[in-house]
Amino acid sequence: MRSLRTYAPLLALPAVAVGLHGVLAAEGDIARMTQLIMSAYYALVVIGLCLLMGYAGQASLGHAGFFALGGYVSAAMTTCNLLPWRQTTAVRLCEIAGLLIERKDPFGMPLLSFSPWAAFATAMLVCGAVAFVIGVPVIRLRGHYLAMATLGFGLIVYRIVLAAAVFGQADGISNVPPFELLPGLRIGGSRAWRVENYYIAWGAVMAAMLLAINLINSRVGLALRSIHESEEAAHSLGVDTYRYKLAVFVFSALLAGAGGVLLTHYNGSISPSEASVMKSVRYVAIVAAGGMANLWGALGMGMVLNYLSLRGQFGRYDEAVFGLILIAMMLFAPQGLLRPVDWSVVRRLLAGRARNG
Amino acid sequence: MVWAQIVQYCLSGITVGSVYAIVAIGFNIIYNTTGIINFAQGEFLILGAMTAVSLAQVMPLWPAIACAVVLTTIVGGLVELLFIRPVRQASPLRLIVVTIGVSILMREGMLHVWDEKVRALPYFTGSGVSTVRVLGAHVSPQVLWVLGVCAAIVAGLTLFFRCTLTGRAMRACADDRMAARLCGVNDRRMVALSFMLSAGIGALAGCVVSPITQTQYDMGAPLAIKGFTVAILGGLGNSAGAVAAGLLLGLLEVFAMSQLPVAYKEAVAIVVLLLVLVFRPTGLFVRRESASLRTA
Repeated sequence: MRSLRTYAPLLALPAVAVGLHGVLAAEGDIARMTQLIMSAYYALVVIGLCLLMGYAGQASLGHAGFFALGGYVSAAMTTCNLLPWRQTTAVRLCEIAGLLIERKDPFGMPLLSFSPWAAFATAMLVCGAVAFVIGVPVIRLRGHYLAMATLGFGLIVYRIVLAAAVFGQADGISNVPPFELLPGLRIGGSRAWRVENYYIAWGAVMAAMLLAINLINSRVGLALRSIHESEEAAHSLGVDTYRYKLAVFVFSALLAGAGGVLLTHYNGSISPSEASVMKSVRYVAIVAAGGMANLWGALGMGMVLNYLSLRGQFGRYDEAVFGLILIAMMLFAPQGLLRPVDWSVVRRLLAGRARNG
Repeated sequence: MVWAQIVQYCLSGITVGSVYAIVAIGFNIIYNTTGIINFAQGEFLILGAMTAVSLAQVMPLWPAIACAVVLTTIVGGLVELLFIRPVRQASPLRLIVVTIGVSILMREGMLHVWDEKVRALPYFTGSGVSTVRVLGAHVSPQVLWVLGVCAAIVAGLTLFFRCTLTGRAMRACADDRMAARLCGVNDRRMVALSFMLSAGIGALAGCVVSPITQTQYDMGAPLAIKGFTVAILGGLGNSAGAVAAGLLLGLLEVFAMSQLPVAYKEAVAIVVLLLVLVFRPTGLFVRRESASLRTA
């Protein structure tokens, strides 16, 4: 019974996906799928961050760093040209192992680079390893210290991406090839593949949600909640708080990295703006808007807000909107948008105004 | 390196360092009374400088700076009143999120008011090319202005906290808010005052340094990071430590810059921040035992 209640919403996701497809098709505006697909990949970051912030209570202002790390590693590996080094042992070994593919770049020149699968695996390894190395010291910190340390991490990634020649400096990396999942099924921005990509993106979201739901309903989830309520109490009851927090940190970094890899292959490019602090803050805003410890809220808000933002609905006020969301959420609805608004704060504010005036 | 070059580097390191120290002291003032790290601290500097640049077109320089400082002080008070005070169940996570939101709003507001052009106040004395000889090195007189004003701010704050009733009340709040309240200190007013004070000194520092570094709407966040690095390095809440740490970071940055590619300029401070957070989160100048007593 309980498992039904836990997993039923997951089954609603395909219905939502098909329903949205139907609505777009009815409006004759399939092009909007592009923004939905991008929102879905951004939603992967949000799901991971929701686990970390909402359930484990640890703020991270560096998740755009992991997203960019994943995207950049994959982009750099699938666009590099190994032809000049073909005779070296390392490259040959990779070729024998089937890690390399030959293709032509957009100008028709031959190119030997890593296959997207190999790049994806490496990106995940790099993200996991970096998250672990950063996490081991940083997860011990609390509150402001943790927020600043993760912010620092995000800034360093941004600076490296902006300065390193491998990552294309300010231009980023373009001409990233499509990601062939199965023969004939690939992640890429071509119009002909749009509908397939739309369902692939929803599939990725479903997979991430399944993992996340399993995690919060397991012993780990219980431990995380106890940490969120009171770290000391959890610790005194024998919960290895440090290990759990670290595990969730790495897991959420992996999800962010996966989102980065997939979006980069879909867009065919990645630019330094993906690593900017504002992006990290945006993910935090979305998790806050979803109600912190509310996976479905985070997912919903992630899809809606990113979609609106990508459609340019906020115009010149794009970033200001997210700043406003952050403040408004904390002041009026700390439990998220999906719960009733806390009117007492408004009333108190008005009363204060009346008294002063 | 030649002697004159070393002096040159030292002076410019001390100059940026003293600005970092002021940002860090701004952090400390608010942290002491509220326990909040105000992520919008860097924005106060930029807001002050931008306002002064605009006002300087309609009035002489000095009144313009004075007005800018007053206006920013008022903004600081409003931030506390509108955004910080109404937050209930004020956990650090929640307050961090609020101040980040405030910093975004301020930055975007400045973008819409002043566009993204780089602006600067005129040099206070002389022009961009006039120099003063100090120990064999040539420096702009503005450098001396920055050092002087920052020293004056630190001295003024020290006097304020030691010798005035309000200053003592603020320190009492910092020590123990409940006890201060029992003694009849209006702690809410002290919190608002701390925001106004750190906005005000931030604006003043922003104005003095504007001719040298110039001012753009999005320069607040890097300043805040460096200010925070300095605040942590000197021990959060310890203003004398902040001054020493500020000068240290400024010197480190300048000498690292002379050896590293420019692109990694920002990274120096962040690496220092991460190292300090990992190895000595209580700061350089606090003994471990006393730090553990404080946090316990």
